[in-house]
Amino acid sequence: MTASEPVITIRGLDFAYNGSPILEDVNLDIAPLDSLCIVGPNGGGKTTLLKLILGLLRPGRGEIRVLGEKPEAARLRVGYVPQHAHYDPLFPVTVLDVVLMGRLDRLAIGPYAARDREAARAALAEMGLADQERRLFAEISGGQRQRALIARALAASGELLILDEPTANIDAVSEEHLFEMLHKLNERLTIMLVTHDVGFASKFFKSIACVNRQVIIHPTSELTGELIRNMYGGDIRMIRHDHRCAKEGHCTHGLS
Amino acid sequence: MDFLNALADPAIPFLRLALFSGLLASIAFGIIGTYVVARRITYIAGAISHCVLGGIGAGLFLQNAMGITWFGPLTGAIVAALAAAIIIGLVSLRANQREDTAIGALWSIGMAIGLLFIAKTPGYLEPMSYLFGNILLISEADLWLVLVLDALVVGTATLFYHQFLAVCFDEEYARLRGIRTDIFYLLLLCLTALTVVLLVRVVGIVMVIALLTLPAAVAGNFARSLGQMMVLATVCSMVFISSGLAVSYSHDLPSGPTIIVLSGLVYLGVIAWKRFARTTA
Repeated sequence: MTASEPVITIRGLDFAYNGSPILEDVNLDIAPLDSLCIVGPNGGGKTTLLKLILGLLRPGRGEIRVLGEKPEAARLRVGYVPQHAHYDPLFPVTVLDVVLMGRLDRLAIGPYAARDREAARAALAEMGLADQERRLFAEISGGQRQRALIARALAASGELLILDEPTANIDAVSEEHLFEMLHKLNERLTIMLVTHDVGFASKFFKSIACVNRQVIIHPTSELTGELIRNMYGGDIRMIRHDHRCAKEGHCTHGLS
Repeated sequence: MDFLNALADPAIPFLRLALFSGLLASIAFGIIGTYVVARRITYIAGAISHCVLGGIGAGLFLQNAMGITWFGPLTGAIVAALAAAIIIGLVSLRANQREDTAIGALWSIGMAIGLLFIAKTPGYLEPMSYLFGNILLISEADLWLVLVLDALVVGTATLFYHQFLAVCFDEEYARLRGIRTDIFYLLLLCLTALTVVLLVRVVGIVMVIALLTLPAAVAGNFARSLGQMMVLATVCSMVFISSGLAVSYSHDLPSGPTIIVLSGLVYLGVIAWKRFARTTA
C-alpha cells in the first residue's frame, strides 16, 4: 500500500437486515491520516457501517476494501475500540490483561511473550495509565476504562483506529482529554469515530460522515445547522457540549 | 470427629472414595465454574445437566431392556451432555435470537426423554438418585473419569488461558484479533458438559448449577484475575463438598442437599458481608 492509497474504500454497498434496508448505495473513501467522525440518528446505520468495515457483517451488495484488503483479512491491522459501557462490572481482570488482548493474534499457547508485555505497557504509558496496570478494569473510572481500551487497540499496532461511541458515559473533562489524545494519535494513525454527539464533531475531525441509510461525507467546515437538520430529518434540538451557559441560556450550535 | 473416625474405618471404604473423588473433582468444578460464571452461561449448564437424564435413561434402557451392556448410564450421560452442549453452542452461534427458547426446550425435552426411557426399562428404577445425586454411590470408575477430566480441564485452561479470558470478557474483540471464538466457545461448552456429568454424580441433576456456580460466585468477590478465581473456587468447592459430606454423615442427612445448602449459606453470607462492608466503609 502506498501512502496516497485510501485506507478504506467502499463502492456501491447495500446492506439489509431481515429484509429492511439499513444502508443503501454507500460510497466512501478515507485517505491516510484522515480523521473521520461518523454521525447520524440512532438506527441510521452507524454501527452497521462499522461492523461492515471490521468484517463482522457482510455486505448484501458492493465492495469494501480496508488497507487494500478484504475486511476480514485487514482486521489484524485495525485497532478497534468498542463502547466501554458494555463490560461486566464484576469481571475479574486487570487493566494490563485487558490491554494484552490487543496482542492475542501474536499468541499461540501459554503466556504472552515479553515483547507483547512491553508493547502493552508502552500503549498504557501513552494513554497515561502506566501506574494503573495492576488495577482491576472494573475499579478504574469510565474515562480511564475508555483510555485502557484505546491502549488495547494501540497495543495491536494497527494503522487505522476505529472507535465506537467513545464519549458515551464519560464526564466532560475526560472527553476533552480523550480528544487531545486522539489529536496526537492522528499524527500517525487514521482515525474513525462513531458518535451520536454532533456537538464536538467540528472541533477535531477533518471530515464528517452523516449516516442515515445513505452516507454523505463533508469536510467539517461545511457542518452547519442546516446540514444537520437535513441529515436528521427536520425537527431536532441540539445541546451544547462546551458546558458553559451563555447569559441568554443555551443556544444551539449553528442553528438559529 | 465422628466423620474423621469413619474416614479411617476400613469397613466403609465408600466414604473415603466419596471424599477423595469430591476433592479431586473440585479442581474441574472450580475452573469450569469460573468460566461459566464469567461467561454468564449458567442457564446453558442447567440445560445440559437436565439433558443428562435423557442419556442416563437411554443407557439404562439399552443395558437392561436391550441387553447392550457396553452402553450404560454413564456412557449415555456423557453422550447426551456433549450432544446438548454442541446443539446449544451451534444454536447460539448461528441463530442470533431465540437462543433462550431453544435452551428451555432442550432442557425439558432431555429430561422428558430420560423419564420415558426409565418408565420403559424393566425392573424398579429410582430416578431420585439421579435427580438429587449421591456422592456415596461414586465408584472407582467415576474416579478415573474425575482424573481424566481434571487433566483435560487443567491442561486446556493453562494452555489457552488468555484466549478463554478474551472469549469470556469480550468475544467480539477476541474475534477481531483473529481468535476462532466459535471453536473456543464450543470447546468451553463441551468441557462444561463433561464437568456437568461429574456434578450429576455428586449432587444430582437438579442441583448441578448450584455446585458449579456458587463456589465461583464466592470466589469472584475476592479474585483479581480469572486464574485467582479458579483457584479460590476450587478451594471453596473442596470445603463445601467435604464439610457437606461431614455434616451429612454425622447428622444422617442426604449428602447432595447438605452440600448445596452449605454452599448457599456461604454465598449469601459473603454477599451480605460485602454489602455491610460497603455501607460502613
